[in-house]
Amino acid sequence: MGPQREVKMFFRVALLVLRKDFAIEAKSREILTTTLLFAVSCVLVFAFALVKEGEAPPDAAPAILWIAIMFSGTLALGRTFERERYGETLRALLLAPAPRPALYVGKLLGIVLLLGVAELVLVPLVAFFFGAPFFVQPVLMALLLVAGTVGFAAVGTLFAAMLMRVRTRDVLLPILLYPITVPVIIAGVRGTAALLASPPDEVTATMWLAIVVAFDVVFVTLSLWTFEVLMTE
Amino acid sequence: MTDDFESVRLTDVSRHFGRRRALSRLSLTIGAGDILGLLGPNGAGKSTLLGVLATLVRPNTGDVTFGDRPARGWGAPLRQRIGLLAHELHLYAELTARQNLTFFAELYGLNAADAVQAALERAALVDRADDEVAGFSRGMRQRLALERALLHRPRLVLLDEPFTGLDDRSVGAVADRVRQLASSGAIVVLATHDLDLADGLVTRVALMREGRMLLDEPAPEGLRARYRATIGQ
Repeated sequence: MGPQREVKMFFRVALLVLRKDFAIEAKSREILTTTLLFAVSCVLVFAFALVKEGEAPPDAAPAILWIAIMFSGTLALGRTFERERYGETLRALLLAPAPRPALYVGKLLGIVLLLGVAELVLVPLVAFFFGAPFFVQPVLMALLLVAGTVGFAAVGTLFAAMLMRVRTRDVLLPILLYPITVPVIIAGVRGTAALLASPPDEVTATMWLAIVVAFDVVFVTLSLWTFEVLMTE
Repeated sequence: MTDDFESVRLTDVSRHFGRRRALSRLSLTIGAGDILGLLGPNGAGKSTLLGVLATLVRPNTGDVTFGDRPARGWGAPLRQRIGLLAHELHLYAELTARQNLTFFAELYGLNAADAVQAALERAALVDRADDEVAGFSRGMRQRLALERALLHRPRLVLLDEPFTGLDDRSVGAVADRVRQLASSGAIVVLATHDLDLADGLVTRVALMREGRMLLDEPAPEGLRARYRATIGQ
């Protein structure tokens, strides 16, 4: 098979997995609903705790935004792979003559899209409660969110798949995931804070964005390399 | 697609999970046209052996060869030639029968429209094709899962308890299907507890206990008596 056909097949399989996950979610709406509810609850709790007489503490908004993304993302990761566990369907996917890293990419795309939808709700919500001007630099802000989400989901997808057969997976996932994704969260918070400064510090935000992109490249590459080996029993 | 293999050979295959030894120095050769009945009590290692044959479980020691090539020399082309009906059925309960079959047909690079319609007819589920699998009885799921596993006309057919939940008519239909597969040159391995159903269907018998192969011979007359004599009550 030529390299061009291999690449085509790789993305065909990834999109098939994504389409299948989308079809299931379109029927059940289970993961989207729980993720959104959890994300909104998270922001509301912080808003009730921190906003006093209409005044939010300075610099709280970036941290609250990224914490909400991280927590709701963890919930979504667990649920997505729980679905593949019921009928042991992950085994059926692994038995298919498809490139196994393509299965990983399909799952990753699903998580990124799901978190993207959650962020469409979260950003205006945090902006409203904490008076954060997220839309002053919309392009840089969007890039930071996309890069941060990809980094978090890249590591999370790999770990969630690995932990599928472990009984204590719900406990282990955050324990393994958070320490490794700390650089993404720190860079996300710092980059967002730089964009919220008055005037916006684009240079600092771009530097943090570059760090997140570097993290993405490293961890997506590592995951693609290791997925097949880690998924063999 | 690749050249088909005429036999599958396991040589001194062992597999342990932690301290538990699931397979212990097991050797076996299965040829085209064979229907091998894999029999033994619970925990004998039958499902692990099916996992090894499906290339989903890697042996700790020993070799598995398909034709004259080791399993790890094949990769995706080998998986294209293996069909596995597992106990967990490998179906998405939220999707319809047609959606399940279409997804797997596309994953195997088949012409989905033709393959899916033929599979639905063989499973006698044409009139329930657009119903969610969640609403199916165990027998209907079992028939659907069998056709899902056979969509791509595999050379090596691995069946784990294929008669679970089936009524008498469906049992007969599945047994006929298994015979038809073997007569067309497939290598069939059937793990079951049901000695009455295996009797008269399998052409060879492998009796296992505690991960060891106790017996490997042509199917005897009076399978139950032979089983009792070898394994005990």
